[in-house]
Amino acid sequence: MDLGFLIEIIPRLAAGVPTTLLLVAQSLALGFALAVVVALVRLQPNPLGAGAAYGFVYVFRATPLLVQIFLIYYGSGQFRPVLEDLGVWVLFRDAWFCAVLALTLNTAAYTSEIIRAGLQSVPLGQIEAGRAVGMSRLQLFRRVTFPLAVRQALPAYGNEVILMVKASSLASTITILEITGIAKTIIAASFRPVEVFVVAGAFYLAINFVATRAVRFAEHRLATASAPTRAPAAPTRQLAATR
Amino acid sequence: MTDPAAPALVAEDIHKHFGSLEVLKGISLTAKREDVISIIGASGSGKSTFLRCINFLETPDSGRIVVGGEEIRIKPDRLGRPAIGDHRQLSRIRARLGMVFQGFNLWSHMTVLENVMEGPRVVLREPEAEVRDRAEALLDKVGIAEKRHAYPVELSGGQQQRVAIARALAMEPQVLLFDEPTSALDPELVGEVLKVMRDLAAEGRTMVVVTHEMGFAREVSRRVMFLADGRVEEENSPDELFAHPRSERCRRFLANVL
Repeated sequence: MDLGFLIEIIPRLAAGVPTTLLLVAQSLALGFALAVVVALVRLQPNPLGAGAAYGFVYVFRATPLLVQIFLIYYGSGQFRPVLEDLGVWVLFRDAWFCAVLALTLNTAAYTSEIIRAGLQSVPLGQIEAGRAVGMSRLQLFRRVTFPLAVRQALPAYGNEVILMVKASSLASTITILEITGIAKTIIAASFRPVEVFVVAGAFYLAINFVATRAVRFAEHRLATASAPTRAPAAPTRQLAATR
Repeated sequence: MTDPAAPALVAEDIHKHFGSLEVLKGISLTAKREDVISIIGASGSGKSTFLRCINFLETPDSGRIVVGGEEIRIKPDRLGRPAIGDHRQLSRIRARLGMVFQGFNLWSHMTVLENVMEGPRVVLREPEAEVRDRAEALLDKVGIAEKRHAYPVELSGGQQQRVAIARALAMEPQVLLFDEPTSALDPELVGEVLKVMRDLAAEGRTMVVVTHEMGFAREVSRRVMFLADGRVEEENSPDELFAHPRSERCRRFLANVL
C-alpha cells in the first residue's frame, strides 16, 4: 500500500462526499414522505388500495436495487414515446433523476413497513383519548398517532438510513460521480484499487458514524418514556437527565 | 348550539351488540345539570360499553344521544349499519363531554402540562397563554402542579389519573364521564382520585360515573343505576338502592361487594 498515494487521493474522494450526501438526503426525504402515504394506504380498509400498496412494497423489496436502477435508467428508453407525450422524458434522460427515483422508491418500500409497524403499535387508549377530547381524524394523526409511531419506528429507521448511505454507491453505475463513482475513475487511471477503496470505505464509515449518532440522539430526545415496550418503572432519574 | 333548558345529557334506548353478543338491550339515562349518576353492576353487565356509547367511542346500534339539547347525528354506512353521521358535529359534542378512562390514557409523548393543554389548544384553538394559566390552575387543583413538566411514565397511577381528570376539565366540559377511574389503581392510590372526584361533585359538576367504589356511589351520587345483562335492573337514589334494593339481583350484587 502506497501511503503517499493514499493521502493524495483523500481530497479527490472527499469531493464526492457532498454528492453522496445530497443523493441520500433527497432520496430519504422523498422516500419518507412516500412511505407515510404507502403505509396509510396499506392500513385503510379498502382492499384494492391496500393490495396495491402491498404490491409496491413487495416488488421493491424483493428485487435488487441495482436492477431497479438499471430498469429505470436504461429501461425508460423503451417507453420514450409515452414519456415524451407525458413531458417527463427530460427527467428520465437525467442520470441523477433516475438514481434519486430508484433510491426513493426502494427506501419508501422498506420505510413504509417500518412506519406501518409503528402506526400499529400506537396504544388504542391514547387514540381514544384523542377522539374523546374531540380531535378530528387529521388532528389525531398529526398530534397523537404519528408522533407516537415515529418514536416507535426510529430505531428501525436508523438502520434504513445506514443502508441507504451504502446503497447510494450503486448510483455510480449510471455515471453519478459520488464517492464510489470517483473511486472507480481514480482506479481506472491508477490501477490501485486497494488504496482507493480503503479511503472510499473510510468515508462511508465516517458518514454512517455521524448518521448513527444523529439517530441515537433523536431517539434519546424523543424517548420521553413513550416506549410502551419498556417497563413502566423506567429509570426516572435517567429520563430527567436526558432532557 | 346548546339549549340551556335542556338536560345536560340524555341517552335513550341504547342498544349495542358485539357479534352475536347483545351487550346493551335498551338503556336510557337522563342527567340534569349538576346530577351525579353512578352506574354499578357486575363485570360484563354493559356499564362501560354504555358509557362509551355516550361519546360514540362505540357507535350504538340504535337509540339516541342528546347532549345539551343537540342530538348526535347517525347515518347508515354502506352496509346499512349505523355510523357517525357528521364527524365535525361529533367532535364538537365530544369536546363538551370530558372522559376519564380506566387506564388513564395520557399521551405518553407529552408532559403533564402538555397533556392538559392539548385539547384546548388543538381542538378549541384557544390562545396559548390563557390555556397555560388554566392548565396550571387545574393541575394545582388536582394537587399535581409540581409534576407539570414530568412525563406520564414518571408518575404513579393515582397521579396519572388526576392528570387525566385535569385534562378532561381543561375543556370546560358540560358533562364528565368516568369509566371505572379507580379500577386500575393500587388500593392505596384510590383515595386521592376519589377525593378529587368528590370535590368535583361538590362543585356541582354533571357527572356520569361507572364505578366499583360503592362508598363513592352511595355518598356522592344523586342517583344510582344498577345494570345487569345489558338492562337497567334498578335505578334509585343511593340511600334507597343501597338500603332497600328491590330486585333480587341487585340484592345479591350488593351482598357480594359490600
